[in-house]
Amino acid sequence: MGRFVARRLLQMIPVFIGTTLLIFLMVYSLPGDPVKSLFGPKAADPATVERLRHQYGLDKPLLEQYWNYLSGLFKGDFGQSFTGRPVADLMAEAFPVTIRLALLAFAFEVVVGVALGVLTGLKRGKFLDQIVLVLTLVVISIPVFVIGYVTQFLLGLKWKVITPTVQDSMNLGQLMIPAIVLAALSLAYVTRLTRTTVGENLRADYMRTAVAKGLPRKRVIGVHLMRNSLIPVVTFLGTDLGMLMGGAIVTEGIFNIQGVGNTLFRSIQTSEGPTVVGIVTVLVLVYLVSSLVVDLLYAVLDPRIRYA
Amino acid sequence: MPENKPQQVASASVSVDASLTDVAAVAELASLADKKESGSKPRSLGQDAWRELRGSWLFWASGVLLILFVVMAAFPTLFTDVDPRQADLRGHYLAPPNWSHFFQGDWFGYNGQGQSVYARTVHGARASIIVGVCVTIAVTVFGGLVGMLAGYFGGWVDGVLSRVTDIFFGIPLLLGGLTLLQAFTHRTVWTVTLGLATFGWMQIARVMRGAVITQKQADFVTAARALGAGTGRILFRHILPNVLGPVIVVATIALGGYISTEATLSYLGIGLQDPVVSWGVDISAAQSQLRDAPHVLLVPATFLSLTVLAFILLGDAVRDALDPKLR
Repeated sequence: MGRFVARRLLQMIPVFIGTTLLIFLMVYSLPGDPVKSLFGPKAADPATVERLRHQYGLDKPLLEQYWNYLSGLFKGDFGQSFTGRPVADLMAEAFPVTIRLALLAFAFEVVVGVALGVLTGLKRGKFLDQIVLVLTLVVISIPVFVIGYVTQFLLGLKWKVITPTVQDSMNLGQLMIPAIVLAALSLAYVTRLTRTTVGENLRADYMRTAVAKGLPRKRVIGVHLMRNSLIPVVTFLGTDLGMLMGGAIVTEGIFNIQGVGNTLFRSIQTSEGPTVVGIVTVLVLVYLVSSLVVDLLYAVLDPRIRYA
Repeated sequence: MPENKPQQVASASVSVDASLTDVAAVAELASLADKKESGSKPRSLGQDAWRELRGSWLFWASGVLLILFVVMAAFPTLFTDVDPRQADLRGHYLAPPNWSHFFQGDWFGYNGQGQSVYARTVHGARASIIVGVCVTIAVTVFGGLVGMLAGYFGGWVDGVLSRVTDIFFGIPLLLGGLTLLQAFTHRTVWTVTLGLATFGWMQIARVMRGAVITQKQADFVTAARALGAGTGRILFRHILPNVLGPVIVVATIALGGYISTEATLSYLGIGLQDPVVSWGVDISAAQSQLRDAPHVLLVPATFLSLTVLAFILLGDAVRDALDPKLR
């Protein structure tokens, strides 16, 4: 187990370096001068531009800039944004909000998605199954921003159940509806995936054995069926947590939540390189760690898998 | 695979215990067994899939919708003769829809520029469908090639290609597209296609790699190699036809996703731009008037969702037809 974790951690290093390098190259080598854009429509003073470029290390070769960034990272230094604030500060403001939002969405997705999936998987072809299938398809095909606007329009403007935009980004109650919107797409996928694997495993030999042994139905379904059916679902859920945090761009924009998605989107628009790279670095870390956790969970769910 | 199916089915229908009896499932299995045994000549997977597809209403529903949208994209003037860019602010500003004026300029009302929402929606189909189809083709060719090489050669080739795939997997499609497209001040259908394809090929590559690894150990590959077939011939004439199934399914379902992502990018202001008429651009422009004129946002949104739905349904139907396990 320890050796497996160590090996996986080692394998993560090239992926981490590759992904951050990729985003670094995209942000800094593509056209668009971040320093000049600081001046807005005014003509830039060449001497000031030179000084700023030097201050942010933009006059060095790209790979050297990347190296400086990486070595700063190991000291816990995410660099400074072009507006002069440390990127770490910006992230310390934004991440708690998005983590709340993403965890809420995640909880919703796990509880409702798996429950609906198991229910429909057990009752394949029944009325409830058909309804849920159609509903998930509808949710999958409507883009998130449309779901967001329709929710805002109906609940916020027409029926006035919620405030149209979130006033206090740290308030869990206000984050509830945005979290449901954020979770909608993944929820539909989780439901369909669970339904399929439950349906497949119902026909498995071990299920027949369990029933033939005279085990109570609760145990057959709760332990034998669930443990086997959850493996692909856990894989999906593991990679999805990172996606939820990165994918909050649209939802946070619509509901005006001051989280990572909003900060990231603003930074991309204003070529705020250090902030973009910093946030993406953290998101990549979340993604890598959650995929490691998924691999470890496999061993818990499936005793046939043992990590040496 | 198909030969042992009837046995499996028989044992399954015997084994279903009373407490687990699912009448529908048993009936489904029994009818499947009948179908399998009644055919006199063994059918190929393709023929089997086509038989299955013909009987599926999902396939026909999505097919009809798709043909409608493709015709709309190719010949928008068949549906409307109103110019989508012609604006009449004074006469038509945010005019409400006239639901009974079928196929007229004012059927779905007018937007904040006084342009016909119906005409713009019809003309907007083209951009969405071109982006969706082109991204899918690019992604399938590139991802398929990467997956095939990684799966077939294994060893260090697989190591390098799989790590590169992992690296791109770390960046979500929307985020990558945003960062890449932000650099272009002038964005056309082709720039957006490039942006989406750059961050969309990984899934196909993984599916392809897995399928090729399974297939390359098959006897027919060994036989082909023994007969002196070269690598290229084995890959493209022997392995490729056998792994296309799952790739086509993934690609069809993903196509809907690309259309949706294109609209999201345009909505965020980093996708297509005016003067290109596109659903995403229109939805983006309509968001500030949601309170006064929801139809300006909801009509293109409905068309967009229907297109995405049609592609997903088609992919679902094809998967059900190609994958006998799920029947």
